[in-house]
Amino acid sequence: MTQEELKLSVSALFPAVTYDETGEFLTAMIAPADFRKAMKTLRNNPDLSFDYLFCLTCIDWKTHFMMVYHMLSKVHRHTLVVKVKLDNVTAPVTDTVSDIWKTAIMLEREVYDLFGVKFNHHPDLRRLLLDENWEGYPLRKNYVDENMIEI
Amino acid sequence: MSLLGDPELTEDGEFVINIGPQHPSTHGVMHLKVWLDGETIKKVQPHLGYIHRSIEKMSERLSYRNFIFATSRMDYLSAHINNQACALTVEKGLQIEAPDRAKVIRILMAELTRLSSHQLWWGCTGLDLGAVSPFFFAFRERDAIIEIMEETCGARLTQNYCVPGGVMYDLHPNFQNRTKNVLKQLKDKFHEYDELLTGNVIFEGRTKGVGYLSAEDAISYGVSGPTARGSGVSCDVRKWAPYDGYEKVQFEEILGTGGDCYSRYMVRMAEMKQSISIVEQLIDNIPEGDFQAKTKQVIKLPKGEFYQRVETARGELGVYIVSDGAASPYRIKYRSPNFSNLSALEHMAIGAKIGDLVAIMATIDLVIPDVDR
Repeated sequence: MTQEELKLSVSALFPAVTYDETGEFLTAMIAPADFRKAMKTLRNNPDLSFDYLFCLTCIDWKTHFMMVYHMLSKVHRHTLVVKVKLDNVTAPVTDTVSDIWKTAIMLEREVYDLFGVKFNHHPDLRRLLLDENWEGYPLRKNYVDENMIEI
Repeated sequence: MSLLGDPELTEDGEFVINIGPQHPSTHGVMHLKVWLDGETIKKVQPHLGYIHRSIEKMSERLSYRNFIFATSRMDYLSAHINNQACALTVEKGLQIEAPDRAKVIRILMAELTRLSSHQLWWGCTGLDLGAVSPFFFAFRERDAIIEIMEETCGARLTQNYCVPGGVMYDLHPNFQNRTKNVLKQLKDKFHEYDELLTGNVIFEGRTKGVGYLSAEDAISYGVSGPTARGSGVSCDVRKWAPYDGYEKVQFEEILGTGGDCYSRYMVRMAEMKQSISIVEQLIDNIPEGDFQAKTKQVIKLPKGEFYQRVETARGELGVYIVSDGAASPYRIKYRSPNFSNLSALEHMAIGAKIGDLVAIMATIDLVIPDVDR
């Protein structure tokens, strides 16, 4: 599907979705309330069938967190980027997609570890790269490393 | 429960043992906690972070020229391809293209990197499964390739040869001759690889039917590269999203059908031959011209998001740059192939014997610094 067709089919299923077409891929902004349902549909709808989640990450924009999901359909070979805005800057929470794409089990643990985003219903949400008793979330913009010396 | 120490017995009578962090079969500092029922694996838990250097956080403070060099230390066996991915992403942001000569040089280097990486993998796989000789055979040819790299790039392992806009300096005058000699040597010796390991009864016994991964699971776990292609998943970025002129060269995407360790092994063996063929097609056809496009002293990307995928020796590497218009990236994410490939390890290992875990790890071909970043 081309970007335009993809936009039409996603809009037909979720009219509330807004788009950003400035980048290379079509980017869909989904409201947190619709998020789980939308992701399940994107994965299971035969016309869309986004079966390959190749990148899952988070961006700290200081005023909010943005979860970014890059997905590709191995069947139709189209790509979509889904974004969810998390407004709580101290304790961001979102739903897990690890039951939809198993790769998200590890990727969400990484985001939890480095950004402190909690994923509801995640099967095994623990720190991944850092120590269990590490304080703070290093990839947040307000993280201060006391040991770092500015040169 | 202690993290490291004597084996423990759980309430179900399962034995808990620790493999690593310093264990030859983990190919780096990774710690696997394994739950065993007798010799059968019930659960595997990878513990990571022993070599976490926060390359993503570091890159947020480095300029667009400098952050590329940090990525050589991720997947150090595909260092050149990592650099290439970063250079391509910056070029995408600047909307410039490398000159044709630079593109061809990049592909040549990338395929030589892939060859040397697969050779190291082949040697180590043999070593892991109890065959010592392959290691020496593999390093004989690998060293010849690395010497070509050294001559042109100035470094053997972390080449840092790619820069935004092209490559750092022109090819060494000896490059073409030496590469042709190495290719000849490789083709002459390749049958030895098969004689040593491929047809070996013990090797086949230890890999056939071991560590099965179905195509659906491979896609769901985000597995890519030869590991996924062993399960029959077509995922070669060089074919599906060509970059740097891969659309102009002829090569086949090798697909296995078995989904087991043996299938993954055969895919990598066949891939080496494809890499040789790509280098052969290009070595006499390096266009004349500049090896670097002109870029500004201080590179600033426009506001926006840029994503570039490349095929490293282990799978799909994605570089995701979020720019706010400054001289360093606002946020950078490396979608590393090993990280996702590792996530499928537990799925492959459950039900297998503890000895098979080594075979599975060997044929996923993990490089731990790329997992931890």
